Amino acid sequence: MLELKDLHAEVEGEGIEILKGVNLTITKGEIHAIMGPNGSGKSTLAKVVAGHPQYEVTKGDILFNGESILEMDPDERAHAGIFLAFQYPVEVPGVTNTTLLRESYNTIAASRGREELDPLEFDDYIREKLDLVEMNPEFLERSVNAGFSGGEKKRNEIFQMAVLQPSLSLLDETDSGLDIDALRVVSDGINKLHGEDDGVVLITHYQRLLNYIIPDHVHVMIAGRIVKSGGKELALELEEKGYDWLESLATVNGEAK
Amino acid sequence: MSETKALESMIGEEYKYGFTTDVEYEDFPKGLNEDIVRLISEKKDEPEWMTEFRLKAYRSWLEMEEPSWFNATYEKPKFDTLQYYSAPKNKPKLDSLDDVDPKIRETYEKLGIPLDEQKMLAGVAVDAVFDSVSIFTTFKEKLAEAGVIFCSISEAVKNHPDLVKKYMGSVVPVRDNFYAALNSAVFSDGSFCYVPKDTICPMELSTYFRINNMNSGQFERTLIIAEENSHVSYLEGCTAPMYDEHQLHAAVVELVALDNAEIKYSTIQNWYSGDEDGKGGIYNFVTKRGACRGKNSKISWTQLETGSAVTLKYPSVILQGDNSVGEFFSVAVTNKRQQADTGTKMIHIGKNTKSTIISKGISAGNSNNSYRGEVKISKKADNARNYSQCDSMLIGQTCGAHTFPYIESANPTGKIEHEATTSRVGEDQIFYLQQRGISEDDAISLIVNGFCKEVLKELPMEFAVEANKLLGIKLEGSVG
Ligand SMILES: Nc1ncnc2c1ncn2[C@@H]1O[C@H](COP(=O)(O)OP(=O)(O)OP(=O)(O)O)[C@@H](O)[C@H]1O
Ligand SMILES: [Mg+2]
Repeated sequence: MLELKDLHAEVEGEGIEILKGVNLTITKGEIHAIMGPNGSGKSTLAKVVAGHPQYEVTKGDILFNGESILEMDPDERAHAGIFLAFQYPVEVPGVTNTTLLRESYNTIAASRGREELDPLEFDDYIREKLDLVEMNPEFLERSVNAGFSGGEKKRNEIFQMAVLQPSLSLLDETDSGLDIDALRVVSDGINKLHGEDDGVVLITHYQRLLNYIIPDHVHVMIAGRIVKSGGKELALELEEKGYDWLESLATVNGEAK
Repeated sequence: MSETKALESMIGEEYKYGFTTDVEYEDFPKGLNEDIVRLISEKKDEPEWMTEFRLKAYRSWLEMEEPSWFNATYEKPKFDTLQYYSAPKNKPKLDSLDDVDPKIRETYEKLGIPLDEQKMLAGVAVDAVFDSVSIFTTFKEKLAEAGVIFCSISEAVKNHPDLVKKYMGSVVPVRDNFYAALNSAVFSDGSFCYVPKDTICPMELSTYFRINNMNSGQFERTLIIAEENSHVSYLEGCTAPMYDEHQLHAAVVELVALDNAEIKYSTIQNWYSGDEDGKGGIYNFVTKRGACRGKNSKISWTQLETGSAVTLKYPSVILQGDNSVGEFFSVAVTNKRQQADTGTKMIHIGKNTKSTIISKGISAGNSNNSYRGEVKISKKADNARNYSQCDSMLIGQTCGAHTFPYIESANPTGKIEHEATTSRVGEDQIFYLQQRGISEDDAISLIVNGFCKEVLKELPMEFAVEANKLLGIKLEGSVG
């Protein structure tokens, strides 16, 4: 469903290249994990796929369900089914979670020809989803992420994923900041949401998450490239050895990372 | 698209009230002198005392200096080339809708304000002021049944001279300030409302002001009196066509609340604000003040200021009666080259008086938005309390927001609390919402509406939707 072809991206207007030729194919029904050292470009990759205006794709392509989405605005990509759970969820004071989600749900529903829900129907609908991630209903009436703890923000991201039912979910370090119990609950939620028609990309630093959500593929990103891919055992190997032994792979064609 | 570019494209929303109505005007000489003041009074068939009031004001005005202490720069109005009175030739009789010039009626229809009572928003009476004259007031009879007088100020001068004599100039004295003095000399029309004792006004009252004529200034005068135990809610809306030249709008609004009375005054101001380069647009220099004369009286100002090239406006409350309450809820939006210096004054004189100020300033484009507020607690005002909250929101990198709070307390029992915040609508916020499927414009609308929620909920229900829409339109394309 998602195909990245020699994807190069830089910070708009500043010429700082961050993604230096990423190739990746995700087929529906699969779970992929992307790991890699700090600053290697994992979040940037997720944001570029979601269409963040700060980055400019200078080379290569992003195909979603076979079509290039480079020209699409972020909201259009969301309508197409791409969801990003942010590493740092943004606070939106004054806009409640419910307001945002109803707006989101209905906009996406309209664009996909699904039925929109009125406030009462929507309320019933999201209450089910709250249970899925064991979130307290009082968060519905709070401003989006405003004053949420780190872990609450992460849980809220997955709650939004549950409500919006995307076909491709990019989960950027959703595990960071969750306590042990929360990690289990949220992982269970993600597992329940995942099915044979959607794809999930987990960006993480910790192999522990992968005990809960078993990936089909694990990729290592270093200096803006995917330098190694493997099965879930690769994560265990990384846990043991770190990234040093892969650094040399980051130099390609004599170009320094 | 970069942050700034997105912002700029949003700022470009066209002003949809910018059309001109082609009506014939009565001739009237330009410039200002005593003869002109007399002529205005004569045109309006006013009694001698009114003419004297005007002349006194004119003479005071001559001695006054145009103020310049505010945070705005602009080319001064050319007082000697302005036209101080402008009335459509087919002067309506004000009794029957059939007598209103169809072109003017059409104008109001276009603005979404049908004057036809059947078509009116349920429960809202309208006074329509076109350039200098009141065109038509709806629901007069229904209001009269309740004893409420709602008419143009010109009619009030003729039909209720005692009330006008007693109250006009009692809250905003003729010499109060340069523009108030000018208004007192040349005011053309405006609304008058009197709510008798023990009466709750049965419907929302509203006035729609429209400047049409290019060279005329608009100087309207509004006077609202709420007798003991009465209650009234009043809303004014303003629009103007787009011209390259600046037009002057210098209104005076006076409110008087007696014992246990409550006046709620709301404004949706959307005068033409000029173009990208600051060409054209209205100068909105308005003096609005309410006097809580009676015990337990209450005056609330709620304003949504989105238009005008330059706005200088400080709706204030004088809290004379013990236990009286003053409120100021404001959203001021500036975009393009607009400049707004607006805020309030709360003057505590009575005991246990209380005031609340909630101000939300939103600046986008190359605009400048200042909050200026004064809270004064006088010696006798035991246990006076004020709470002020002034929040500014910046959209983009090229606008400015400023807060100037002044506090003066002569009574040690007074309590004053002031909070202020400044935030910026960031690219990340917008991206976050867009990632959730919401378009860029809707994202800004959501963020801005969230920011102003506390104030918008104070607007009368009938106008809340309109206000939300207006905010959205105003900031379309302005993300930063
Ligand atoms: N807008 C930007 N301007 C300048 N540099 C940027 C920008 N965005 C990302 N970078 C740089 O690009 C590199 C990759 O950042 P990114 O956030 O994608 O890393 P990451 O792999 O997600 O790291 P972490 O594991 O710490 O989350 C970093 O060096 C970062 O500083
Ligand atoms: Mg990251």
